Amino acid sequence: MTTAGRQRLAGLIRKESLQIMRDPSSIAIAFVLPVVLLFLFGYGVSLDARNIPIGIVVEQPDASTQSLSGSFEKSDYFSPFYFQTIQQAERALEQRDIDGIVWLKNDFARKLFSQPDAVIAVRVNGVNSNQANLTLGYIRGTWLAWITHQAEARGTKLEMPIQLEHRVWFNPAVDSRFFLVPGVVAIIMTLIGTLLTALVVAREWDRGTMEALFVTPLRNHEFIAGKLIPYFVLGITSLFVNFLLAIWLFKVPFEGSLWLLLLTGSLYMLVSLAVGLLISVVAKNQFVAGQIAIITGFLPAFILSGFIFDINSMPAAIQLITHIVPARYFVAILQTLFLAGDIWPVILANTGALLILLAVFSWLVAKKTRKSLE
Amino acid sequence: MIFPVEVSQISKAFQAGEVQVQALDQVSFKLMPGQVTGLIGPDGAGKTTLMRLLCGLLSIDEGEITVLGLDAAKQPESVQSRVSYMPQRFGLYEDLTAQENLDLYADLKGLAVEDRLERYKTLMHLTGLSPFTKRLAGKLSGGMKQKLGLACALVVPPELLLLDEPTVGVDPVSRRELWQIVYNQVEQAGMTVLLSTAYLDEAERCAEVILLHEGKVINHAPPKHFSEPLQGRTWLFESDQLTPRQLQLKLSLLSGVIDALIANQGVRVVSESTEIESILTAVDPAIKLQIKAVQPIFEDAFISLLKKRDDHSVNYSGSHQLSKSVSSAEEVIKVEKLERRFGDFIAVNDVSFSVKRGEIFGLLGANGAGKSTTFRMLCGLLPLSSGQLSVAGVDLRHASDKARQKIGYMAQKFSLYGNLTVIQNLHFYASCYGLFKKRKQEQVEWALEAFELSDYRDSNAKDLPLGYKQRLSFAVALMHEPEILFLDEPTSGVDPLARREFWARTNALAESGVTVLVTTHFMDEANYCDRLIIMASGQVLAQGTPLQLKQLAQKEAQPLPTMEEAFIYLIEQQTDQSA
Repeated sequence: MTTAGRQRLAGLIRKESLQIMRDPSSIAIAFVLPVVLLFLFGYGVSLDARNIPIGIVVEQPDASTQSLSGSFEKSDYFSPFYFQTIQQAERALEQRDIDGIVWLKNDFARKLFSQPDAVIAVRVNGVNSNQANLTLGYIRGTWLAWITHQAEARGTKLEMPIQLEHRVWFNPAVDSRFFLVPGVVAIIMTLIGTLLTALVVAREWDRGTMEALFVTPLRNHEFIAGKLIPYFVLGITSLFVNFLLAIWLFKVPFEGSLWLLLLTGSLYMLVSLAVGLLISVVAKNQFVAGQIAIITGFLPAFILSGFIFDINSMPAAIQLITHIVPARYFVAILQTLFLAGDIWPVILANTGALLILLAVFSWLVAKKTRKSLE
Repeated sequence: MIFPVEVSQISKAFQAGEVQVQALDQVSFKLMPGQVTGLIGPDGAGKTTLMRLLCGLLSIDEGEITVLGLDAAKQPESVQSRVSYMPQRFGLYEDLTAQENLDLYADLKGLAVEDRLERYKTLMHLTGLSPFTKRLAGKLSGGMKQKLGLACALVVPPELLLLDEPTVGVDPVSRRELWQIVYNQVEQAGMTVLLSTAYLDEAERCAEVILLHEGKVINHAPPKHFSEPLQGRTWLFESDQLTPRQLQLKLSLLSGVIDALIANQGVRVVSESTEIESILTAVDPAIKLQIKAVQPIFEDAFISLLKKRDDHSVNYSGSHQLSKSVSSAEEVIKVEKLERRFGDFIAVNDVSFSVKRGEIFGLLGANGAGKSTTFRMLCGLLPLSSGQLSVAGVDLRHASDKARQKIGYMAQKFSLYGNLTVIQNLHFYASCYGLFKKRKQEQVEWALEAFELSDYRDSNAKDLPLGYKQRLSFAVALMHEPEILFLDEPTSGVDPLARREFWARTNALAESGVTVLVTTHFMDEANYCDRLIIMASGQVLAQGTPLQLKQLAQKEAQPLPTMEEAFIYLIEQQTDQSA
């Protein structure tokens, strides 16, 4: 690059940095929004079921029913309510006061060890199927734990056709916060790279500064670099802020290496920026640029990246679409780095995909950016 | 001889919806080095397109453009390195300070760091911006922004300077200063300047003028050559019996009259021939006229070259049947000690005036003088901070619909629905004003006919030429036959032809008894008003008839000052006092 070229680039970067520092919305997206989102997903949204309201119907109370309802009460998963008759409980279920019913019939104590598979009846509200499955699973778990304990106390061995031994890897506490928080990092970087960048370039068109900028010796690549560099720095800074919040505030473990996070983070930032620049080439006003950036960048990063919704349980057609969502690969990398460590096959495959996307988007940006008003 | 710009046979068309618009059609010219050439023409003539083509921002359909010896189509980047261009809305970064804007352009244009101090000093001296270098560009006044834009364009003296309407919406003082900067650069650095403008008086300050109309070059000559054919055909008519407005209304309808314009105390007339007798015989002999031959100016030439001949057939008198018998001394609008603050900023400060029925009352001032704020308070759109006002006896902010029915309002920006057709807009607003059935039909028909909108009745409003958009807005404001008309910058951005037509309509309305309150930043339009106030930074500088105001600036050297000279005089008086 020539001296004049360096001077032009330095001038642009200085201007862009001043604008970022003076524009409250840039700072808000880079540093305030991450905190808000992390709090929302860290504390507000939880995909685990806790304190599920269930109804327990005890038709004939005795020592064994008391002991079983005691186990439900002790569990973190449930907050039980008691009903005299199944009819009352079913009404409560209809009115959504409770999410499930455990029905201990009057012959509970008698049948307990003679016919162990049919002594309790369970009903669950299936409107939210995910929640229903969880509730069902927790009830079964609590029941099994209790009956095993009871059997041991009596000195008999419980007859069970299959014993399932399960262990959860990487997130032993099965805490959804641990995989949501790394996902939030990907969302924030998408916002900075795609939304913010698309908006600031569109703003140059809106305010007529682009036309004046064009009639200077400024070259195409200098203009692109002048936009990329400041927002790249902003994005990486935000990545660190997020990272520190995640491990200190939310106690998310970080099993991978920091340099790998920085490297893959930089790569993802470049992809996001390329998408942002591409949008601003197409949309020359802020409103349209914002709409496109949200629809093609932010929402897919939210919905189609595997951040909240599991990609494997999506319909095949949607699964195909997720392959062109860059956030998908970065979310996978982040979740791996945070929770599992440097698992090379996962990191390499996803990094490769990001590199391909970067090549495609950069080629499009270079091809489409022209110093022309047409 | 080497010409800095050579344009030969260029054409450029745009696709606007389904219509192909020929922006430029076989345009050819050469620019002389080291002088200012003016690019003049009505809206949509192709001025901006031409500027953009010259700096390689658009591609040409056919023809050739050579700028500083370079092919603008093939080597746009080389051209852009050597030319400075100031677009209509100069791209200042409003969140950067004046100095930071200047630094950016110094970096972009490759001004060496060691040369900067001296160049900045020169530019700040020229523009008078030295005290404001630390201020954000967004907080500068319109005139200062424009001067800063020019300073940015001149940070490295270019060989060719292209200025697209640099003086639009700028107050007369800043306008004069902008011209001084341009002249200074031409004389000192031998710069070639191409400048487009909507102000016809500026054409006379150019060494040469290119007149563009509908994408074609009508004429390219020194400004004096334009007005030469009009020698002996320009007159000043005066009458003691009629007001200038009444006189103008009469004269403009006569055959043989190309143009009749209110000027100073009389009416300036351009006749078709040097023979004026034929015109005089058509005037009622009871009216005594004093006639003086005057020198033609560029504006006369512009109008006579471009005015459509069939305009005479239109009678602008409206559908209004207000009786003139109402005492004209009745004060329809009263404003006392009006004040409006926005935080610490006082937008309108101690403004008082009153308007009588059937008067045209003007609020004259540059952008940001507080005209629009005053207007919004009068229309009840904005609460006052203190003071009192009444319009037709009430404060419109708390008035009933019935009182609102009496006013018509034409906003500064085109505020009709762009994606509705002309006829749909008319129907919609007619219903808004409570016109129904037969009456609605009548008024819509009247609007289409009186404003010559029939040809465009099924066009979307956003696709209309600017002059027609303005007509449509005006028609909408008048459909319910208001007694009081508020016109906020009705002629902003409208070319001289459309402005004349607009004032002819407004005059006719005032003659039929409608009270008109109008804001404008065109100083010459003040002549149309019965009385006016001149505003600057929220305050009233002077109040009176156009003649009274102009007399304020009367000196031996200036026996017949124009409204612009009067305005500059008043501004300077104010600065002297505060200094």
